[in-house]
Amino acid sequence: MGDRARGILMWLAVVGVVVFCLFPFYWLINTSLKTGSDLNSASLVPPNLSFDNYTSIFEDSNFTKALRNSIIVSAMTTVCALIVGSFAGYALARLRFRFKFLLLAIILSITTFPPIAIAAPLFKLWTDTGIYDTIVGLIPPFLAFTLPLTIYILASFFKEIPRELEEAALVDGATRFQAFRRVVVPLSGPGLVTAGLLSFIWAWNEFLLAITLTSSPNARPVPPALAFFTGSQKFEVPLGTITAATVVVTVPLVILVLVFQRRIVAGLTAGAVKG
Amino acid sequence: MADIKLEHITKRYPDGYEAVKDMTLEIRDGEFVILVGPSGCGKSTALRMVAGLEPISEGELKIGAQTVNELEPKDRDVAMVFQNYALYPHMSVRDNMGFALKLRGADQSDISRKVDEAAHILDLDEHLERKPSQLSGGQRQRVAMGRAIVRDPAAFLMDEPLSNLDAKLRVQMRTEVSRLQQRLGTTMIYVTHDQTEAMTLGDRVAVMRAGVLQQVATPMELYNRPRNIFVAGFIGSPAMNFMPATVEGEHIKLPVGDVRMPPELRERAGRADGRPLLAGIRPESFEDAALVGDARDRGCSFTAKIEVLEAMGSELYAHFTTEAGERIESPELQELAADAGAGEVPNTGDEGQITARLDPASKVRQGEEAELWVDATKLHLFDPESGRNLTAGD
Repeated sequence: MGDRARGILMWLAVVGVVVFCLFPFYWLINTSLKTGSDLNSASLVPPNLSFDNYTSIFEDSNFTKALRNSIIVSAMTTVCALIVGSFAGYALARLRFRFKFLLLAIILSITTFPPIAIAAPLFKLWTDTGIYDTIVGLIPPFLAFTLPLTIYILASFFKEIPRELEEAALVDGATRFQAFRRVVVPLSGPGLVTAGLLSFIWAWNEFLLAITLTSSPNARPVPPALAFFTGSQKFEVPLGTITAATVVVTVPLVILVLVFQRRIVAGLTAGAVKG
Repeated sequence: MADIKLEHITKRYPDGYEAVKDMTLEIRDGEFVILVGPSGCGKSTALRMVAGLEPISEGELKIGAQTVNELEPKDRDVAMVFQNYALYPHMSVRDNMGFALKLRGADQSDISRKVDEAAHILDLDEHLERKPSQLSGGQRQRVAMGRAIVRDPAAFLMDEPLSNLDAKLRVQMRTEVSRLQQRLGTTMIYVTHDQTEAMTLGDRVAVMRAGVLQQVATPMELYNRPRNIFVAGFIGSPAMNFMPATVEGEHIKLPVGDVRMPPELRERAGRADGRPLLAGIRPESFEDAALVGDARDRGCSFTAKIEVLEAMGSELYAHFTTEAGERIESPELQELAADAGAGEVPNTGDEGQITARLDPASKVRQGEEAELWVDATKLHLFDPESGRNLTAGD
């Protein structure tokens, strides 16, 4: 096989994979731009291009409330995960204590836990304590699932930072915490971004716990809210508005990932030590 | 500025290993002291204890009049330069150098004035706004020094600061460090495994081995009157030659021949009569017998087959082998041989390898027999068991 033929074959394969992966998203956007009877047509482009679905979901207070709830819950989860995770990760990376490996294994094993296992007990507990159907009530269980990965990612980033940098800061007059905040944390930028992004996406997409622990539009984030979608008119098939809402909640994630992609890849520690 | 006192300092790890054993060392205000020894001898650990990065297991550490055992590094007012420089990669050179002052809450204008001053001394003026990653090895090294200078600390601690530089730059920076210390007059402890650095830099040199301080003295004192086999073999390049020796009356029997002992040597080594000893001879104590002239009766002549001859221009290094004779075991010799992998190859007594430094006027040729001469007044005699130098007279 010549180089040329091999090149063509490779590109065909790439195009095939890309189409396979992205076609559902294309169909989503396609559907969101159709209205009325067009929704039933299988045409690859909307016969009558319309943004009605988009305008109608933003007029729907249930959707805007859900969007607000999602933003608050995801952002709070991310911030808390990063704060707690960086302390825990730092301890795991730097301190010497017994059963460290076992501890890390237990923390990581939590991620393999099915959320349904804790959904029912949490529902009972949350109704008893009165934080059922509140935004605040969603954050602790979300943290439980995002923290393990955050801790793991941050610990491995902290481990890569030369100990001498911290020691230099200590001798320069920093306290342990100052050395951590002014030297370790800034150098772990890519790790913080990666961990933060993953927690944010997890919280943003979470459905099961969100639908179990909320009952009203006041606390319900977007994924469960979509399940309750009725559309602007009572008897309309809400397919158009659901797809429009889905596009609206997907776009921020795509933008986030694209913006931070370079930062995740960038090696920030270049030049720290001789190398 | 202050003096530093280590009093019976010991570092013991949880597994019982002692990295530093009962170390007592006093460094006077403004003095430049070198800690030198092979890798793993505890010199870096000792320095880190002074910096406060390593807790002290036993003993007392004083900086100035204050006991600082329990003080955090930030409260000890010492500056440290690390082997890999440890520059903060996310800060510019200016911020790196000003970091300590900023932490101390100094005035912004004050910080930039001091940083500019230090940058000027170190010739870093044009690089202040750059990041460490954009600098060369030598420049990074200077930034690391600058970070220490800016603070005007009680003492500088240097942990092998030049070992990451290439050979040429290292020699250049060595003079730079020396000049800097003289200019600032700040107490400095400098750790290195390179005996050349130790000899050329310090006011005093402390030689360490296996966590124990061997000898603390000026470079010339260490060279001329090493207290034991280890110091004798470690200091000097090429290293001192060792060979078995026995004292018999007024003579010392060496593998190269019998030497009549000079009176002062006989006096000191008198009690060692008949016991197997180890003789240490510096390469420059040999000479081409044809060039010795009047001094001939100070030593003895012998013939040796020159195996390798290195002409350095200003001197000749002749390598030859003596008959092995009886083997003499000494733990210190073994350690020196093990360390030799790092560069300086000492000649161990067992193998009988001798290096002689000759005058370049010598007509000695490689592969031929030559008549050499050894100066008996420069002989060192060691007790192979204790390692003690019988001729140092302390």
